[in-house]
Formats: sequence, C-alpha cells, structure tokens
Amino acid sequence: MENIRYDLVTALPEMIVLGMAMLILLADLFLKQSNRIAIYALAQLTLFVAAYFTWTTHTPSVGYAFTGAFVDDTMSDVLKLMIYLGTGLLFVYSRQYLQMRNMFCGEFYALVLFAVVGMMIMVSGQSLLTLYIGLELLSLSLYALVALDRDNSRATEAAMKYFVLGALASGMLLYGMSMIYGMTGNLNLSDINHALMNAPMPSQELHAVLILGLVFIVAGLAFKLGAVPFQMWVPDVYEGSPTAMTMLISSVPKIAAFAFIIRMLAQGLQTLAVDWQQMLMIMAVLSIILGNVTAIAQTNLKRMLAYSTISHVGFVLFGLMSASINGFVSALFYIASYVLMTLAGFGIILLLSRKGFEAEQLNDLKGLNQRSPWIAFLMLIVMFSMAGVPPTLGFYAKFTVLQAALQAGYLWLVVFAVLMAVIGAFYYLRIIKLMYFDEPQDFAPIQAPVEMRMVLSLNALALLGIGLMPQWLMSVCGYAVVKSLS
Amino acid sequence: MTFLGLHFQDLVFYTLAIILLFSGLRVITTRNPVYAALYLVLAFFTAAGIWLLLEAEFLAIALVLVYVGAVMVLFLFVVMMLDINLDRLREGFWKALPIALPVGGLMAIEMVMIVGVRNFGVEALPAPAGHSADYSNTAALGRVLYTDYLLPFELASVVLLVAIVAAIALTLRERRESKSMDPAKQVLVKKADRLRIVKMDAVVEVEESNNSTVQPEGKERK
Repeated sequence: MENIRYDLVTALPEMIVLGMAMLILLADLFLKQSNRIAIYALAQLTLFVAAYFTWTTHTPSVGYAFTGAFVDDTMSDVLKLMIYLGTGLLFVYSRQYLQMRNMFCGEFYALVLFAVVGMMIMVSGQSLLTLYIGLELLSLSLYALVALDRDNSRATEAAMKYFVLGALASGMLLYGMSMIYGMTGNLNLSDINHALMNAPMPSQELHAVLILGLVFIVAGLAFKLGAVPFQMWVPDVYEGSPTAMTMLISSVPKIAAFAFIIRMLAQGLQTLAVDWQQMLMIMAVLSIILGNVTAIAQTNLKRMLAYSTISHVGFVLFGLMSASINGFVSALFYIASYVLMTLAGFGIILLLSRKGFEAEQLNDLKGLNQRSPWIAFLMLIVMFSMAGVPPTLGFYAKFTVLQAALQAGYLWLVVFAVLMAVIGAFYYLRIIKLMYFDEPQDFAPIQAPVEMRMVLSLNALALLGIGLMPQWLMSVCGYAVVKSLS
Repeated sequence: MTFLGLHFQDLVFYTLAIILLFSGLRVITTRNPVYAALYLVLAFFTAAGIWLLLEAEFLAIALVLVYVGAVMVLFLFVVMMLDINLDRLREGFWKALPIALPVGGLMAIEMVMIVGVRNFGVEALPAPAGHSADYSNTAALGRVLYTDYLLPFELASVVLLVAIVAAIALTLRERRESKSMDPAKQVLVKKADRLRIVKMDAVVEVEESNNSTVQPEGKERK
C-alpha cells in the first residue's frame, strides 16, 4: 500500500497533465467559439499546476516508482520544468496565429498536453518499455498536430512524411531494443547496465549483437532528433507544417530527446560508451557541415531554420559524444539555450504572420527595422544568439560544448566546428542585413496581443541576460546531471 | 517420436516456418492487393502457431482474434473500397532495384551473421524449462500486467486515446453546406418572423395585368 502511494505521488505531475488534457477535450464540447479562450487559460493553468507539484515534490535524491519503470531524480525534475516553461511560451506565441486560422480549438491544446505527457514520461522513463511508449505518445500527438490544418495540402503532405519516416524510426528503435533485451534479459535500464557490467568478459559474438542493437537504437534516435544522415524529413516537415506546429516540433521535444539519449546511452548502455561515442561523433560532424552549408542556400525562412536546427543538433551531439559528466552538462545547457532561442525566433515569425499571410520567406523580413524597430531588435538578439556571437546565450552554449569536447581530447574536431560556426554565421547575419539595410516590401501594420509582445520581449532579452550571466543556468544544468548520473 | 531424425515439435515448427516465410514473401510480391492482405492473414495465423509452440498461448490467441479477426478484416475492407492504382505503386521499382537490391542484400547478410545460430542458437541461449500442463500463461500475464507493468499498460491506453482523438480531429467535419433543421428553433418561430404585410393599391396597371406570370405581391416571404 505504501508503495502505491509513493508511485502515485511521484507521478502526480504526469497525472495532472493527463487529466487536464482529457478535461479540456470535454470542456471544449460545451464552449462556444467566443468562449474558447477558457481552453487556453485551462491549458496554461495545467502547466502551472504541474510545475508547482514538480517543484514542491522535488528532492535531490533518486527515487524509483512503478517497480523501477519510472524514475524521479534531479534531471527529470529540472527537464520537466523546462518542458512546462517551453510549452507555456509556445501557447502564448501561437494563440493569435491559431485564432486567425481556425485552429484555435480544444484538440490543439489537448494534443499538445498529451505530447507533454509523452515528453514527461520520456524524461522519467527508466525502462525500455516506458521510454518507448513515451516517445510514441509524443510522436503520435505531433503527427496529428501537423495535420490539424486539414485543408492545407502542404501540411497534410508534411504530416504524411513525418508519420511514415517517424514510424520507420520507431521500428528501428524497437528492433535495437529487442536486441539489447535479448542479450541482457532485462527491460529496466539499471538492470541492463548491471547485467552488462557483470557479464563475464563478453565474447566477440555477444558484443556484435549488442553493437547491432546499439546501431539501430542510435539510428532511431538520430531520426527523431534530426541528425545527419537521418535528417531528410526535417526541412520538408518544418516548411510544410503550420508555423505554430513547426515551433512545437523544433523546440520542446528536443529536451525530451536529450533525456532519452542520456537514459538510454549514458545510463543503460554505459559499458558500450566507446562504440556510441564514435557513432555520435560522425553524426555530429556531418550535421554541423550539412546544416550550416545548406542553410546558406535557403530562401525560405522556415527551411533555413530547419537546417539551423540540424547544425544545433550537431553541436548537442558534440557535447554528448565526450561521454563525460562535463559533456552531458554542456549538452543540456546547449539544449536549454537552443529551446529558448528557437521559441523566440519562431515567436517573431508568428508575430509577423497575419490572417491569410505567412511570413516565411526571407524577403518578408526586409526592412523590419522601419516597420517596428523593437521587433527588429529582438530578432537581432535571436539571430546573434543562434550564430553564437558574444555576449549572447548562444555564444556561451557553443563555448561550453566545445570546451567539453576539447577536454575529451577532440582538438581537431573543435577547430572544425568553430570554422563551421563561422560559415553558419553568414546566414544569420544575412537576416540582420535584410532587416536593417533593405527597404521594406510589406507595409502592413504588425498586430499582436500585448501579452505576446511582452513575453516575446522577455524571452529575447533573456537570451542576452543569461548570456551575460550564464552561471545560474549552468549550475542548474550541472545540478540536474551530476546528481542523477553519479 | 521422430521422423527423419526430427522431433515432432521441430517438424511442426519447420512446417509453420516455411508457410510463414512463403506467405510473407507473397504479401509483397503478389499483384493483387486483396491477395496480399489474405496472405498477410495466413502469415499472422502461422505466426500464432509458432507462438503456441513457445507456450505463449494467450498471445497466439490474441493475435488470431485481434489481428486476423479485426484488424485484417478492416484492412480488407479498406483495400476493397479504395481504388488502388497498382501501376503507380510499382512505379520506379526497376529504377530503384540496382541500388536497393545490394543494400538490402548486404543488410540481410549482416543480420544473418549476427542474429544467426551462432549467437542465438541452443548453445548460446538454452531453451527455458517447459511448464507443466496446468500452468496458465494467461493468468501469469494477467498477474504482472496490473502490477509490475501497470505504468506501461496505462500509458499504452493513453496512446490509444490520442489515436482516437487524432482520428476524430482529422476526419470529423462540420459540413456547413448541409441543410438541416433545428426543431427547437422551428417551434419558437412567430408569425412576425415569417410574414410581412405590405399595403398597396388594389389597382394594377393594364399592360402588366395581361401578363399571366405576374405574382401577387401582397405576401412576401422573408
């Protein structure tokens, strides 16, 4: 009995979000279109309450619930708080966009909250089963969200692509998991780690089976993250989806993917670190090259940001591949800053869109300074941060990741990554040039709710503020990783 | 009991395995999608037989009931209702073959080398001890499903819920053009809503009165 109570208390935030998602689905039926704002308020309230319970039940110790399938440690709590924050920002930015496009409905908020539950499960998953189901919950909600704008043929095509390739990736991931399960006989990650550590000197053949499983798992994860050579879906899906959904896909789920990788590779398959380090290294290098070089040729803003995401994922993998606590902390720091940057960037794109018009070409940003100097300035900060110009947050994120790689002894890779970051700076700075030195083509007034402008300003200024004082975010990331992994 | 040096169990296994492989191959090579679906039914059925050999009778029955009984029947419906253009499906088959065949072949060889008898044979993984006749596989599953695997089980149901929500959100359309009556509004209607009385002269001009299509203008419907 005591056990069940502990289980339920540990999973309380998940249950709150899940219950509220169902409540929103039901409440939506009884609300008129003019009262739909209540749904929005409920969704924000859900995140707030879940954050409250995650915060108050937080302890620095590690606790296992549901017979070891669910873990409550510092990393899970910190990442969950990041997920709530990111999703809350997303709700604020996307409200007006959705209202103008007839997508402001209960299904959107319910599906996003279901996706949040999936991410929370991924963050707290401690067995192959929970991790996988969490991932599927997230992915299914995302596929449906991309297709939510039914009469938009581009969005439908993007959803189809995303679904087919995502299902393929899930299949690969499952196949790899089945190999690991077959060799260790355990689903629980700490048991798997234990079994591999205590195995009497694995023979060459046994090792080969584990590596086969590992290859499939890493490939599946790379698909979901969008790392080269599994990146082909990223640009098409980013471009085709409604911008609010693109913002969702590109931001918060990356936090959950990071947790998945840490749980899977660093906790479960720690003994195979030498092997997965090499795989991550190749993917990191290829992602940084392809992301930065291809982004230069893009004229579509969303497509350009898609390639920019690929290169950011490359940098995250750079941090992960050193397989040290230092590396993981820097990767988490990078993910956190990436999510803040991306949300602000897409927030500005949503701000510039209006009914019947999508700001998605680079030319739509021309002369933004003349139309609205403040928004242009915010975009300037975001672009500087993405390019990694000091003193913004992006600079410090790149710096810590490269520092961790340097400590692990990858000198030449670090030099190479810096070169690529310089190449990548071109297309971020081009946007700044368009905003400040070109004549506007579009003189429509920019309309946005006050709270969106304020939150967006805070978000973009935070990039500058945290960039100047990165220590506290760094210590949060360190607290999350060190307490969980040691 | 042996036959050609094989135990009865082995004999059943190899028979089922050959049928399974054959039907699996036919699923992707047959030209008619209905036949492909039926071969898939056969594949599920034989797979269920192999699971029975592994003493997983609950899973075997569930496979037959759920997949053969429900999923594939629905699938057949869909295949028969949709007009699938086979030529378009086969488009690019020969163009992709020179690359796909070596890549696929290489993957198959690699996997056979690793997932072969050497690593997964009887020597490497000895067969688990068989259970006695009164052992219930179903009861064993039921016992862990709501205890040890409570969380994954509940989460799987959430995944199904999301699938339902997504399917409804993507297909339910409120058709604006469809004409329907709202009885509540019909009952509440008043005379003043429908009828407008217009005062006008009783005399009509002579030229127009010859025209038989002139309509009386006393009443007008809103």
